[in-house]
Amino acid sequence: MEMRVTTEGKEEAAKELVMSGVEEETAELINEDFMPVELTVGLDELLEMQIEEAYAEDILMMQGRREEGEVKLGDIELKVNKSEIPEKIKEELKKKLRAVRIKLSGKKLDAILKKVEEKYEKAKVEPREAVGIVAAQSIGEPGTQMTLRTFHYAGVGAIYITLGLPRIIEIVDARKKPSTPAMKIKLAGEYASDRNNAEELAMEIEETYIRDIAKVDAYTEDMSVWVSLKGKELERRHIEREEVEEKVKGRGTDVLVEAIEDGKLRIHAKNKTYHELLRLEKDVSDNLVKGIEGIKRAIVRRGPDGEYMLYTEGSALKKVLRIEGVDSRRTTTNNIAEIAEVLGIEAARNAIIEEMMDTLDEQGLDVDARHVTLIADAMTMDGEVKQIGRHGLAGEKASVLSRAAFEVTVDNLLEAAMYGETDKLKGVTESVIVGQPIKLGTGAVELVAR
Amino acid sequence: MKKGKVSIREHELVPKHEIMEEEEEKELLEKYKVKKEQLPKIKFSDPVIKEIKAEVGDVVKIKRRSRTAGKFISYRLVIE
Repeated sequence: MEMRVTTEGKEEAAKELVMSGVEEETAELINEDFMPVELTVGLDELLEMQIEEAYAEDILMMQGRREEGEVKLGDIELKVNKSEIPEKIKEELKKKLRAVRIKLSGKKLDAILKKVEEKYEKAKVEPREAVGIVAAQSIGEPGTQMTLRTFHYAGVGAIYITLGLPRIIEIVDARKKPSTPAMKIKLAGEYASDRNNAEELAMEIEETYIRDIAKVDAYTEDMSVWVSLKGKELERRHIEREEVEEKVKGRGTDVLVEAIEDGKLRIHAKNKTYHELLRLEKDVSDNLVKGIEGIKRAIVRRGPDGEYMLYTEGSALKKVLRIEGVDSRRTTTNNIAEIAEVLGIEAARNAIIEEMMDTLDEQGLDVDARHVTLIADAMTMDGEVKQIGRHGLAGEKASVLSRAAFEVTVDNLLEAAMYGETDKLKGVTESVIVGQPIKLGTGAVELVAR
Repeated sequence: MKKGKVSIREHELVPKHEIMEEEEEKELLEKYKVKKEQLPKIKFSDPVIKEIKAEVGDVVKIKRRSRTAGKFISYRLVIE
């Protein structure tokens, strides 16, 4: 392919550059991975070509016209910004151009920019290309190499997180709740720099029920429930005895609470039936004393950036974001439905991309982000997270035949017949069924007679 | 222990949403030769829409951060 630059070609190009007055160092720089993005492979060639072309001009310049021809940093900035290429390539291009600025002329710069624009335009996907199929294949094939095991060690304490294929399926199915909800809570200020503070916050967030900090027993002799607090646990979790007493007393009016000696509570059931007593026992032990409901465990770990953060088992994004000490800008959950609800559809789209890419990365699979992005876009198109499947995207296709060909054939046909649906036969599936050319790629082009 | 109101628009997962002016909206639809209804949708109940106080029928411009392009502008029509 013309875009491949061989090592030989590179060396040759470097020589030519040196010949045309470019310093050796710069020449090397130009030739060595001029642009890292695969899209711009060949720019090396391009640049050397331009320099060759402008060789004569360079000589003229050297004879006293240097001032006039020199390109200023501002020119590069301005011209690159004006060109019709994506931001990322612009930045990359600017960096490279700045490095060779002294060797550039206004004319050369224009030519380079024009060529880059051209290359970018060529690299774009062709109109009517079946991008969805390509995305499906690109994720499906590496998917065969993924682990089928549901659980995997996450490397964080003893928190397990679903990874591999089951996780991908979970995301694509848009489940309301993942099988292993988990949060990554970033901390702000002193909480992020001090382990003790972080540890304290973890205690604050972790859900604590009375059953965790006390022994709860029902006594049938006097029809009462005894709560004996575990002093050690209380101390560890920074809970005052009074707090627990308050909680128990706040149960309602149908109970009578009396505090006996150290850390013992006796609760009388008013309605003295055996059944009632057992219910009361359960009620008392399931009383949330501290923390956020849904956060089963919070573990402090030092993040990759050196600051302390919390990993949790269980997820409650809305409540966690409101806690003092939590960095509400960078805290996330793996529950996409929750993100959609709290942060909106665009955040959910980002979360789908992040989660899928992370899962693929973790398995060592290199899938282009564009395929994943397409899936996320399709899933969030209508303002809510829709699954890819018969209850979501595939089930909402306009064509009866297409839906019938996918899943539950009879139901779809029956329903369509009942409502008298028409099929315009425009899609791929329908076209295959009736035997007409598929409206994709070259099949999508028609001639118009005038 | 609890903070006051947390602005979700500052969250790193949330890109910048902007309500488009009528003029700008027209240009967009002409550029891509589409009708408003053909744009992707965003619900009126979306937390970000509530914060920027967009109305049903407005088009919001979304400045996304893209892994491949660096920056990417997208549009959504507010529905329901």
